Amino acid sequence: MNINDILSVENLTMRFGGIVAVNDLSFTAERGKITALIGPNGAGKTTVFNCITGFYKPTSGTIRLRNGDDEWRLEKLNDFRISKIAKVARTFQNIRLFPGMTALENLMVAQHNTLMRASGFTFLGLFGVPSYRAAEKAAIDLARYWLDQIDLLERADDAAGNLPYGDQRRLEIARAMCTEPALLCLDEPAAGLNARESAALNELLLKIRADHGTSILLIEHDMSVVMEISDHINVLDYGVQIADGTPQEIRDNPKVIAAYLGADEEEAIAVMEGET
Amino acid sequence: MAANASQAKTARGPDAAFILKKAVISALVALVLFSLMIGIRTEAGSDGQLTWWTRFGDLAAMVAVVFGGSIVMELLRRWWGPVDTVRVVPPSAQKVFSFAGRALVPALLIFTFLVPVIFYDERYILDLGILVLTYVMLGWGLNVVVGLAGLLDLGYVAFYAVGAYSYALLATNFGLSFWICLPLAGILAAFFGVLLGFPVLRLRGDYLAIVTLAFGEIIRLVIINWQTLTGGPNGVSGIPRPTMFGIPLTPGDDGLAALLGIEFSPTHRIVFLFYLILALALLTNWVTIRLRRLPIGRAWEALREDEVACRALGINTTTTKLTAFATGAMFGGFAGAFFATRQGFISPESFTFHESALVLAIVVLGGMGSQLGVALAALAMIGGFELFRGLEQFRMLVFGGAMVLLMIWRPRGLIGHRAPTVFLERNTVISSDLVKEGHG
Repeated sequence: MNINDILSVENLTMRFGGIVAVNDLSFTAERGKITALIGPNGAGKTTVFNCITGFYKPTSGTIRLRNGDDEWRLEKLNDFRISKIAKVARTFQNIRLFPGMTALENLMVAQHNTLMRASGFTFLGLFGVPSYRAAEKAAIDLARYWLDQIDLLERADDAAGNLPYGDQRRLEIARAMCTEPALLCLDEPAAGLNARESAALNELLLKIRADHGTSILLIEHDMSVVMEISDHINVLDYGVQIADGTPQEIRDNPKVIAAYLGADEEEAIAVMEGET
Repeated sequence: MAANASQAKTARGPDAAFILKKAVISALVALVLFSLMIGIRTEAGSDGQLTWWTRFGDLAAMVAVVFGGSIVMELLRRWWGPVDTVRVVPPSAQKVFSFAGRALVPALLIFTFLVPVIFYDERYILDLGILVLTYVMLGWGLNVVVGLAGLLDLGYVAFYAVGAYSYALLATNFGLSFWICLPLAGILAAFFGVLLGFPVLRLRGDYLAIVTLAFGEIIRLVIINWQTLTGGPNGVSGIPRPTMFGIPLTPGDDGLAALLGIEFSPTHRIVFLFYLILALALLTNWVTIRLRRLPIGRAWEALREDEVACRALGINTTTTKLTAFATGAMFGGFAGAFFATRQGFISPESFTFHESALVLAIVVLGGMGSQLGVALAALAMIGGFELFRGLEQFRMLVFGGAMVLLMIWRPRGLIGHRAPTVFLERNTVISSDLVKEGHG
């Protein structure tokens, strides 16, 4: 594992019965960079994500995460510990907000572990000790900061389920950021967004990387997002890596073009040029 | 939405036609259905032959009831209707409603405090008040598990039983006082809550409901069969009555009445019990309201909304579920200890599935997660049930009818909306169709 890498996936294999979703996959994600994971539908991208974030236990292989001096073996940790201790946050392909809670409450839930400690595991908080009140105020301020970053400050007190689709996508990213992660895993954050919203998303992700130094791992089909903001791209097909490199290298890689749209290269090139 | 409202206003004429049409169709269906069921009466004659006669008067009455009822229903729907219909309540009426809504909680609270004063001489009302408050407390306790954490618990009576037997056995065997036993009963019930919590952690929805149902039955069966400890079906009798912090409420020289220099009356104890259960219920309410605004309460509600997202945010769903079970069970245990000291005698018959179902019905009808809704539902279910006692066998009919109406107008319970636990600028309630019920 390179010293600059935050995440290193080594020989990852995931089988569901007879189906091999991910086969002996190895890749790394560099610290403070945006790494993209692309590939046709069914290539195993989300499975890789679920292995990294602990929702699946991989059949074999190791997933190392290095954060400062600490190194975690993610395949051995429970899902909630991966977020709590190893500081890996994620979003979901089909948005998973808490629809009956307000935008602000969603961001407060994300700070559960910090607030739980501050409330003396509820016992002190029940009597409203000053230290807990201060911690709660700090949590609200952090939530306010992120609501401001995603331009949703005005709708802080509206139910998350009432927000427009694009806002829900951004709120889910803000919620993940409220756990103060070292690595942020985004599963198709631009799905269902229009061109203007995608551009705003690009800006937000670049800002997260610049201001907070958070490393980002990204699954995306929208090439206008992937090609524009990724520092490094890994291409998956049928659970194996078929290419990796900078956006320019990927764009010109004939293997990738073939995988994406069969043999029809012209159409594939059109996709890679970002005309979707 | 605005377009819909204006449409409804301008379309008054066709609206009336629609209501009428609906009523006519309902009446026709009723006519077809009832023409044979009610219109013709058949009976076996004296020689076994068939005799029959017509009852067109009854038939006409039934059809008229359906016709009128359909119009009234449709008009009522437009007034308070379900959330998706356009409401045509006039603004003045809306103002009255909103004022009434705000004044309801303080008014109810003051009235409850004054009940023993107003009805001092009416033992029946005081007893009923104590019963209602016991169910309010049980409802609030179960509300933590079902309403906040979204875990369907059909065996809540188990914790009520554990609390009652804890107090009964500790008091009769070791002579411990009520005020020492009360926290012990709570702790023991919470312990049993965790005990139940562990095996059901992986279960959801229907499966969770079945296992909790079984747990309630297991506790009851253990109580029945462990005769050496619990006295089996004979129950435990001679449970000490509560004392007012050591001062007994008896006619003796050391009793409260003698100390205060007033004449002894058995009503003193009833009044004391009334305020005791009121205090316990308000404690439950206060703790629940506080917990909702603490991280643990938000985690419970988040768990109800989406468990997978909770785990992705680093929330330990295991401990979160267990604390919900334990907290709910603890309040059930308190209520059980109170029940034991009030009755002076307990037996397994008091802790059947019927009680669990009743408390769950109170929570669901009141609106899951709503403290006021649960209190109102307990009042309606327990108090209302007693109110219709004079109607004999018809009270079940009234009860069933009321439930059907509630399901039509308020499918999410009396108070289905949710108040946010924290806000920046506006404290707006969240509509009930966004709030999830949880799935285990």
